[in-house]
Amino acid sequence: MGNLILKRLLLAVPSLIGVVIVTFLLTRALPGDPAAYFAGPAATAEAVEEIRVKLGLDQPLIVQFVRYIGDLSHGDLGSSLTTGQPVAAEIKRRLPASAELTLLGLLVSMAIAVPLGILAATQPGSLIDHACRVVTTAGVSLPVFFTGLILIYVFYYKLGWAPAPLGRLDIFFSPPPQVTGFYLIDSLIAGNGALFVASLKQLILPALTLGIFSLAPIARMTRASMLAVLSSDFVRSARASGLSSFTVVVTYAFRNAMLPVITTLGMVFSFLLGANVLVEKVFAWPGIGSFAVEALIASDFAPVQGFVLTMAIMYVALNLIIDILYGLIDPRMRLEA
Amino acid sequence: MKRREFLRSMSAVAAGGMVSAPAVWSPAKAQSRQETLLIVSESGPNNLDIHGVGTNVPGYEVSWNCYDRLISHEMKTVNGTPYYDRDKFKMELAEDMKIGDMSATFKLKKNATFHDGTPVTAKDVKWSLDRAVTVGGFPTFQMGAGSLTKPEQFVVVDDNTFRVDFLRKDRLTIPDLAVIVPCIVNSELVKKNATEKDPWGLEYTKQNTAGSGAYRVASWTAGTEVIFERNENWKGGPLPKIKRIVWRIVPSAGNRRALLERGDADISYDLPNKDFVELKDAGKLTIVSTPYSNGIQYIGMNVKTPPFDNLKVRQAVAYAIPYQKIMDAVLFGLSKPMFGAPADKATEVAWPQPTKFNTDIAKAKQLMAEAGYPNGFETTLSFDLGFAGVNEPLCVLTQESLAQIGIKCTINKIPGATWRTELNKKTLPLYTNVFSGWLDYPEYFFIWCYHGKNSIFNTMSYQSKTLDGFVDGAVTAAAEGNKATYETDVKGFVDTAFTDMPRIPIYQPYVNVAMQKNVSGYQYWFHRRLDYRSLVKA
Repeated sequence: MGNLILKRLLLAVPSLIGVVIVTFLLTRALPGDPAAYFAGPAATAEAVEEIRVKLGLDQPLIVQFVRYIGDLSHGDLGSSLTTGQPVAAEIKRRLPASAELTLLGLLVSMAIAVPLGILAATQPGSLIDHACRVVTTAGVSLPVFFTGLILIYVFYYKLGWAPAPLGRLDIFFSPPPQVTGFYLIDSLIAGNGALFVASLKQLILPALTLGIFSLAPIARMTRASMLAVLSSDFVRSARASGLSSFTVVVTYAFRNAMLPVITTLGMVFSFLLGANVLVEKVFAWPGIGSFAVEALIASDFAPVQGFVLTMAIMYVALNLIIDILYGLIDPRMRLEA
Repeated sequence: MKRREFLRSMSAVAAGGMVSAPAVWSPAKAQSRQETLLIVSESGPNNLDIHGVGTNVPGYEVSWNCYDRLISHEMKTVNGTPYYDRDKFKMELAEDMKIGDMSATFKLKKNATFHDGTPVTAKDVKWSLDRAVTVGGFPTFQMGAGSLTKPEQFVVVDDNTFRVDFLRKDRLTIPDLAVIVPCIVNSELVKKNATEKDPWGLEYTKQNTAGSGAYRVASWTAGTEVIFERNENWKGGPLPKIKRIVWRIVPSAGNRRALLERGDADISYDLPNKDFVELKDAGKLTIVSTPYSNGIQYIGMNVKTPPFDNLKVRQAVAYAIPYQKIMDAVLFGLSKPMFGAPADKATEVAWPQPTKFNTDIAKAKQLMAEAGYPNGFETTLSFDLGFAGVNEPLCVLTQESLAQIGIKCTINKIPGATWRTELNKKTLPLYTNVFSGWLDYPEYFFIWCYHGKNSIFNTMSYQSKTLDGFVDGAVTAAAEGNKATYETDVKGFVDTAFTDMPRIPIYQPYVNVAMQKNVSGYQYWFHRRLDYRSLVKA
C-alpha cells in the first residue's frame, strides 16, 4: 500500500509542474491589463505605468516566472489585488467554506440518489424507475443558479423558513475558533450548540441546491451498476439459497456495485468543488470558486494561479483516496497494484 | 473514543444546543439589532486606505467614514434629500480656517484624538498630505486637480496650526481639501509599522484603519464583510447614532432585493433600475434617487478618424439616438434627460445641462446625405460589460435606431478589466461611457473631457482652439473672482461643445438608495457612497 501511494505521488509531480507553467502562461495571455484596472478610472498613462512597475508587471515574462517560482517554493502564492489579501491565506480561509458546502451537498445527493438508484434497479420499468428518470433528468437540466434562486424565493422570501442567504452565518453570530474551518465541526468542538444550529441552517439551502444538481450521475450510475450485478450468477445463487431479498441486494449486490459508484462520486465531488461557483454567488458564500471568478474578471493573476494549483493538488489527492478506497472495497485491486 | 462515549457526548452537545438556542430571541440581541445597521452591496473594499495601490470605490467608503479631513461640506436640501453644499465648508478636524491670498491656515481642534488615543497634531496633517501627493496613482492625481502637488506646500506652524501654501491661484484648492483623499492619518502609528520598502506604511493601512474618524473597522473579511464600530470619542462632529455597522457583500441583485423586502437588510444602493422602480411602487421601503453631481452618460465618437471627423455625421448620430426609448426602457425613468431642451432656451451657466437635440430620423438622414454618406457606413459600437445592465440595452436600442439612417453597427462588448485600456487607446470609433467628477464645477468637467490637452477622459481626442480658450478663460476668471467673464466663458464652452458634438450627452444617472422605513438620515455626497455618520435607525 505504501509503495502504491508513493508511486502515485511521484507520478503527480510532472502534472503539477505542467499546471504551474500552463496557468502562468494562460493568465498572462488573458486580455486585460491589471495595471490599468487597478490604477482606477482617473489614472493617467504615467499612473498606470507606476502601478505596472509596483506590481512587477514591467519585467519580461521569464523574470516574472522565475520570481513566481521562487515565491512558490516558499509557499507564497502572491497577493490578490481584488481583495488585497495574500492568496495563500485567502485559499486557506475559503477552501473549508467550499469543502464543507460541497461535502454536505454530496451527502444530500447520496442520501437521495443511492436509495433511488437501488430501488429503480430492483424494480426496472416500475413507477419508481420512471420517477428516478424524471428526477435525475430534472436535476441535471436545471441550472444551479436557477435552482438556488427558486429555493431562496420559496423558502426564504415566500415562506420565511430559511434564514437570509447571507453566507455562512447570520450577522449576529461570530464564527467559531478555527480548528478544521468547517463551522459545523468547529462549533461542536467549541461546544456552542446555537452556533451549530445557525451554521446548519445557512447550509441547508445551498447544500440542497448542489445535491439536486449532482443527483443525476450518482443515481444513474447506481442504477446501471446495480442492474448489471443483480443479473449476475452469484446473486442468482444467493436468491436460490433462500437469503432474504434485503441481504441479497444490500450485502451482496450493493457491495459489488459500489466500485463504479465510488469512481463517479470522486468525479462528482471534484466537479462540484469547481462548479459551485454559481451557488456561492447566489448564496453569498465566501468560497474558493467565487474568489477565483472575481479574480479572473479583474485579470488578477495571483489568485487564479493559486486556485488552479490548489484544484490540481486536490484532484491528485482525491484520485489517490479513490484508489485506496478501491483497494478496501475490492481485494482484487490490491493485488493488481 | 469509544462508541458509547461518543454517543453520550453527542447527546450532551445536542442538549447544549437546545438550551442555548433561545438566546437568539433574548432582549440583549434585540437591543443590538436596534443599534446595528446591516448594509448589503454587490462588492466590498480591497483596501481600507484610499492612498493604497489600486484601492477600489467601495474602499473609498471605508476611508470616508473612518478618517477625518481638515474640512468637509455643509448640507443643503435638493428635492427633499440632504445634499452636500459645494460652496459651504464646515470644520472637521480643524476648528478654524483662514484663507489668505496665497495660503490657507488651519487651527486644529485641541482635543481631537486618533482611535488609539494619541492626539491629532499638525505633524500628522503634514505627514498625511505629504503622503497623498507622494504615493502616486489616484491620490496624487486627485491632489493635483486642486494644485496640491508638492510636500513643500504643507507647513507645520506649531503643534496646532497648519498652513497650506498655494502653488497658484486655483479655486479648486480648498474644495480639493474636502474630498476623500486628503484624510488625516495617525503618522506615529503608521510609521511604526512602515518598512524600508514601504516608507508610507501602505501595507499596514491596507488592513487597518489608523484615523480619527467616527468609525473604525473592527473586522474585515475581504469579499465577505466589513464590521465598523463607532468611535465614542469622535470630535469631528456630533456622535453618530448607530453603534455598529455590518456591511455584507451579497453578489446577487435578486437576493439583495429579497433581503430588503423581507426586512433583514437595512440599506442597499446598487440594484438594477427596474428593481428600484418596483420597490418604489410597492411602497414598503424608502427609495431616494439623486442625480450624480457633474456626471453624464454619453455616446462618444472618435473625431480623429473618418467618418466621425465629419461634423454632419456627428450631428446625424445625435439626431438618431433613441433618447426617450432609452429613458423609458433602459432606465425606467430613473435618470435626468440631457436632451430635448426647447429650441429657444438660452444656454445656462451650469453643468450638466441638456442639449437641444431630439430623435429626428428624417433630419438625421438628410444630414447623412449632406455629409456624403447617403447609404450610410459600417462601424462598431463598444461598451463596458462591467455595467452591462444599462449599457447593453442602451447599445441595442442605439444600434436599431442608427440602422434606420444606414449606419450598421456591430456591438463590441468589452470586459471591465480591459475597458479602460481600450478606451485609453482612443481608437474606438463609437462607444458609450459615463464620466462624473468629484468637484462639481463646469470648467473641471471640461478640462478633463473636452480640453485640447487631451486628458484620458477626452476619449474622443477632440481638439478645438475656441473651446480651449473658453475653458482657460473660465479657470482664470474663477480664480480671480471675475464673475462676468466666467459666465461668458462657461456659456461659450458649453455652446461650442454642443455645436461640435464630439460626444452626445444622453442623461445624468441617478444614485438610488433603498432603505427600510425606520432608517433615515441619508445624505448625498459627491463621492456617491454612504455616510454612516448621519444615519439613524428608529
